[in-house]
Amino acid sequence: MITRFLLQDMDKRGGVFLVVVAAIAILVPLLNLLLPAGSPFHVPTSTMSLWGKYLCYALLAISLDLVWGYCGILSLGHGAFFALGGYAMGMYLMRQIGSRGTYGNPVLPDFMVFLNWQELPWYWWGFSSFPFAMLMVLLAPGLLAFVFGWFAFRSRVTGVYLSIITQALTYALLLAFFRNDMGFGGNNGLTDFKDILGFNVQAQATRAALFFATCVMLIAGFLVARSIVVSKLGKVVIAIRDAESRTRFLGYRVDRFKLFVFTVSACMAGVAGALYVPQVGIINPSEFAPANSIETVIWVAVGGRGTLVGAALGAVVVNYAKTVFTSGFMAPYWLFALGALFVFVTLFMPKGILGTAQQLWEKRRKPAPVAAPEPAPAE
Amino acid sequence: MNASVPGQLTSSLLYLDGVSVTFDGFKAIRGLSLTIEPGEMRAIIGPNGAGKTTMMDIITGKTKPDVGTVMFGGSIDLTRLDEAAIANLGIGRKFQKPTVFDFHTIEDNILLALKAPRSVAKTLFWKTAAAQAKRIDDILGIIKLGDARDRVAGSLSHGQKQWLEIGMLLAQDPKLLLVDEPAAGMTDGETAQTAILLKDIARDHSVIVVEHDMGFIRELGVKVTVLHEGAVLAEGPLDQVSANERVVEVYLGR
Repeated sequence: MITRFLLQDMDKRGGVFLVVVAAIAILVPLLNLLLPAGSPFHVPTSTMSLWGKYLCYALLAISLDLVWGYCGILSLGHGAFFALGGYAMGMYLMRQIGSRGTYGNPVLPDFMVFLNWQELPWYWWGFSSFPFAMLMVLLAPGLLAFVFGWFAFRSRVTGVYLSIITQALTYALLLAFFRNDMGFGGNNGLTDFKDILGFNVQAQATRAALFFATCVMLIAGFLVARSIVVSKLGKVVIAIRDAESRTRFLGYRVDRFKLFVFTVSACMAGVAGALYVPQVGIINPSEFAPANSIETVIWVAVGGRGTLVGAALGAVVVNYAKTVFTSGFMAPYWLFALGALFVFVTLFMPKGILGTAQQLWEKRRKPAPVAAPEPAPAE
Repeated sequence: MNASVPGQLTSSLLYLDGVSVTFDGFKAIRGLSLTIEPGEMRAIIGPNGAGKTTMMDIITGKTKPDVGTVMFGGSIDLTRLDEAAIANLGIGRKFQKPTVFDFHTIEDNILLALKAPRSVAKTLFWKTAAAQAKRIDDILGIIKLGDARDRVAGSLSHGQKQWLEIGMLLAQDPKLLLVDEPAAGMTDGETAQTAILLKDIARDHSVIVVEHDMGFIRELGVKVTVLHEGAVLAEGPLDQVSANERVVEVYLGR
């Protein structure tokens, strides 16, 4: 029944996305593990981890698209939920180090020993258990989003004001996590991970498994987001985006619908962060930097907001470009290129890569399309 | 819904008494009193700034009055409820500027308005039942948009949007409909059809119509309330009201 709910009205675009991600999920780890390093089809482990990172970003982009593209909530703080999920995973990985740390303390992570802490703070309890840590990956961002959204949406904070307070939220967390006495490793964050579920995080097979898990969660996240947006709830959410007070006069409690998608989206961002951390090997407060959240908005805008698939595509395209640009002689110009890209997309491709491609395709098929409504103002 | 007081306080469907509201020192409504009986259709007229839209805002919970009583169904205090709660009690509203969901199809616009549970969980797992699909078909027929059901509402003409919004009101099946300038921007033919449609609706709903178009009010042929500077100036049949000297004065500015 759940499968049917998740797969209802699957369209062509979504189908292609699922097939592509599933193919990558199987092929990339196989090409990495089975082929010798000399083979032209061999995928180096570093490339695989890099693409794993992109796919984590794709999941983050889908989560942002759910609230921005469909509900009109322009969150400039989604990086905070991503980072919280990452920290929850990082705390589990720290506890797995055990007595192999520099100071050899079986319970306390190195940075706590360094700070002369005598015992594990209460909020670190339970993180040696993988299921508990995974629960926290969902709960920490979800709970924050719920409490934050409960106040913001009930007080009817919308538009640019909401964007500003989401930005303030992630900035406040950035400052908080920088502090050593918060107990999250200060500005060094959490790193030097050894094992995940008993497997060496650095090992090639573990990396392949993490890549595979990322693809699986990307598919799951996409299916969850899609089943939400195609349901009647999704129609209500779009109605809220386009005419909030009209929706209220129809008897819908706008704040509860916003709260629902915002919380689901935050949990999804948390999962993306949790998969990101073991693949890059570190989580530190810079993940809370407001610029990260803004970059996420750019991925979604570039790919095409309100499409889900486009958001994922945008995340991969922009980050691939970033890797290419920042590793050569063009490195100093990356931020300029990113800014120019955003301006270009806003001016000339307001529907993003996917929306523009679709428009061109439709134009080719039927020369005189029905007048489409004005695009909603980009909040 | 814990705003209800035990016991019926009035037999009217809607009861406004001594309502006043001030915006930044401007008294938009001053001591407004009005009652609507169950099944009644009432036309409200008045010059610009008479407080017609503010009155609707108060009834639908968008604006809270400074003082005064607003009761619905005899015992429910509307001043203590928010927009969604009031809508769910059975008060539907059509706005002056047609407000439909431009990116949704016409059918989805009706579906969203259709009387059904409004909770997050119920909408997430929603399945349209056969009876509901038939009701949507019926409404699309009434508002003559059956052939256009799959078009996005944003592509409709102004008059069609007005009709779609009336269709959404029908789908809501409220006890009381507040209709703000339904004939604005319509051709004469469309206006006449709208009057017929509203009269049809008024057979089993209470309706308040705010309108500028005297010809339209005449076609409706119902009791008229004239608002001026936030209070009732005159009330009665259109002929009697339009013969009233004060009304003529207000309207013609003499």
